[in-house]
Amino acid sequence: MILTRRAALAAAATLAAPATVRAQGAAIKIGMITTLSGPGGYLGADLRDAFQLAIDTGAFGATKIDLVVEDDGLKPAQAKQIANRFLKSDGIKLFTGVVFSNILEAVAPDILEEGAIYVSPNAGPSSLAGKNCHRNYFVISWQNDSLHESAGQNATTLGYKKMYLLAPNYPAGKDAVTGFKRFFKGEIAGESYTRLDQTDYAPEMAQIRAANPDAVFQFHPGGLGIAFLRQYQQAGLVGKIPMVLAAPSLDATTLAAVGDIALGMDVTSHWNTDLDNPANKTFVAAFTKKHNRVPTYYASQGYDTALAMASGLKGGPSGDAFRNALVKADFTSVRGKFSFGPNQHPIQDWYGLRVEKAADGKLALITRTKVLTNHGDAYAAQCNI
Amino acid sequence: MTLLLEQMLNGVQFGVMLFLLAAGLTLVFGVMGLINLAHSSLYMIGAFAAAWAGAHGWSFPLALLAGAGAAALTGIAIEVAVLKRLYQRDHMDQVLATFGMILFFNEAMAMLFGRQPLMATVPGFLSGSVEIIPGVPYPLYRLAIIAVGIAVAALLYVLISHTRAGMLVRAGATHRDMVRALGVDIGLLTTGVFALGAALAGLAGAMTGPLLSVQVGMGDRILITTFVVIVVGGIGSVRGALAGSMLVGMVDTLARAYLPGMLKTVMVATEADAIGAGLSSMAIFILMAAVLLIRPRGLFPAHG
Repeated sequence: MILTRRAALAAAATLAAPATVRAQGAAIKIGMITTLSGPGGYLGADLRDAFQLAIDTGAFGATKIDLVVEDDGLKPAQAKQIANRFLKSDGIKLFTGVVFSNILEAVAPDILEEGAIYVSPNAGPSSLAGKNCHRNYFVISWQNDSLHESAGQNATTLGYKKMYLLAPNYPAGKDAVTGFKRFFKGEIAGESYTRLDQTDYAPEMAQIRAANPDAVFQFHPGGLGIAFLRQYQQAGLVGKIPMVLAAPSLDATTLAAVGDIALGMDVTSHWNTDLDNPANKTFVAAFTKKHNRVPTYYASQGYDTALAMASGLKGGPSGDAFRNALVKADFTSVRGKFSFGPNQHPIQDWYGLRVEKAADGKLALITRTKVLTNHGDAYAAQCNI
Repeated sequence: MTLLLEQMLNGVQFGVMLFLLAAGLTLVFGVMGLINLAHSSLYMIGAFAAAWAGAHGWSFPLALLAGAGAAALTGIAIEVAVLKRLYQRDHMDQVLATFGMILFFNEAMAMLFGRQPLMATVPGFLSGSVEIIPGVPYPLYRLAIIAVGIAVAALLYVLISHTRAGMLVRAGATHRDMVRALGVDIGLLTTGVFALGAALAGLAGAMTGPLLSVQVGMGDRILITTFVVIVVGGIGSVRGALAGSMLVGMVDTLARAYLPGMLKTVMVATEADAIGAGLSSMAIFILMAAVLLIRPRGLFPAHG
C-alpha cells in the first residue's frame, strides 16, 4: 500500500515537474551524455568544458541553461539508462554530448522516438547519416567518413602509394577505413582492426613492419592514440614509416603527451587553433585562459554545439520551433564557414596540418593547406527529410 | 618466421604483465577466499604513483619502487579498513564492496590528477631496441619487463616454497582453520599477503605506464583478462597463475596477429577483418571455456 502510494506520488511529481518549469520560465535543461572516464575520458571533459564556457560567456543571451552532465563510461547500456532517465524523469527535450559512435547508435533512437532533439558534438556514424537520417538529429562536428576522407585525400596529395590502415573494430572505426579508402588512390598494403579498449599494440607494430608500407593511417582517438604513438616509437618505426592521420588520432592533448614523436606527422582537420577568424581567436583565448591547456578539436566542437543550440533556442525551447531555427545554422562557427547538408550534417572545409615546432619552441599543429573545400558526405544523397 | 617469433615474444611480454596482476589476485583469493575487484585500482595507483615520481625527477628504479610502495600502502589501508570485514561474507557482498572501491578510486584519481592521460617516459637506458632476432629490432623496454617478470616469478617461488612465511601462506590456503588453531596470527598473515599482492599489481602498473597511457580506469579492462588467467590456471595457485598468464598472453597475441589473416584465405577480405577481429577478442574466453570443460578446477588447482 505504502509502495503504491509512493509510486503514485513519484509519478505525480514527475508529471508536474515540466509544468512548473515552464510556469516559472526557469532554466532550459540540456542533457549531456558523454564519456568522462577511461581512455576516452578527456574527450568528453573537453566537450563539456567548452560547452560550459559558451554558457558562461553569454552565448545563450538571457536564456538560462541548466546543463545536466552524466558519464556514460563508454558503455552503451549505461548511456541508454541515462537517456531514459533524462527523458522520463527529468523531462529533458534537448540532448548532446556523445563522443563515441557505438554509444550514439544505442541512445539516438531512444531520444528521437520520444520527440526530443539530439545535436551531436562529435560522433557522426554512417548508420544515422543516410537512409536513417532524422529531422530531429543534427551533427555539428562531421560525418565520420568525411573526417577520414580528408586524410585519404591528404595521403593521395602527399604522394603515398602504399598504405597500411588500422582502426578499432567499432562503427566509427569501420567508417574511418571506408572513408579513407574512398579518397585514397593508391594501394592498401594491409588492414588491422584493433579493439576499442585495447592499449597494447605490439602485435600490430610487428605486422606494420612486416608489410613495410610507404605510410601508415591509423584511427585511435584519445588515450588509445597516445599509447599507439608511443609504441610506434618504441618499435623503432618513427622516422622510418611516416603517418597520415585524421584529427582524432593526434589532438592537442595527444601531442602534449607524446612530444617529439609526433614531429612532422600529417594531420587533417576541419578546425585548428590557428584558424584565422575572430570567433576562433576569442574561443581559443578564453578556453586557454580558463583551463590552462590548449583546446582540442573536441573543445571547438563542444563550443560550436553550444552556439548552434543557442541559435535553435531563439526559435523555441524544443520541438519543431527549435529544430526549424537550428537548421538555418545561423551561428558563427569557430571553424569559419559552416552550413548543414540535406542530412543535417555539416558542409565545411578540411585543412592539412603538420606537427611543427612553433616560435616559442613548443610543438604545435600548424595549418598548411586546404585539402577539401565545401565538403559534405557520401550519405547525404540517401537521406530524405 | 621472424614475424612469428616476434609475436611470440609479444605474447610472453603480455603474459608476464598478466602474471604480476594474477599472482596477487590468486593469492588473495586462495588464502582469504576474497574476490577483490579493486585489484585493478591498485594497478592504476601503481601507475599513477610511478608516473608522478618520474615527473618529479625520481630515477626509474625509484619510481618503480614508489609505484609498488604506493599500491602496497593503499592495499594495507583498504585491507584493514574494509576487506577484513568481508572475509566471512558472501562472495556477492565482496564483489559489491570492492566494485564500489573501484568507483571510489577512479573518482579520487580523477580529482587528484585530472582526466587527461599522464606522461610516463621510458628511461634513457631502456629506450631504443635490440635485434635479438636478426632483422627485427625489439624494444629494450619490453625485454626488461620480461626480465622483471621472470625475476618476480622466481622470487615468489622461493618465498612460497622455501620460507616459513610461504609455508603459512600455503597452509592458510588449504587449511585456514587449522593454521589459526595452531596460534598463527592470521590477521597479520592476511595483511601481509594482501600487501604483497598489491605491491605486485602496483609494480605491473608502474611498468606498463611508459608503454600504455596512464589514466583513470586503466585497470578495469585488464582485470577481466586477469580473472580469465586465474580461472584457467586454477584459483589460488601461483603456479597456475604463471601457466595461465603465459597461455592467455600467447593465445590473445597470436589470435590477434594471425586469425584475420587465416580467415582471409577462406572468405572475403572485409568479412574476414570483421569476423577476425571479433573472434580474436573472444579467443581467451574460448580458451577458458575449453580448459573448464577438460579440467573444471583449472590447470593447477590449489585446493586438494
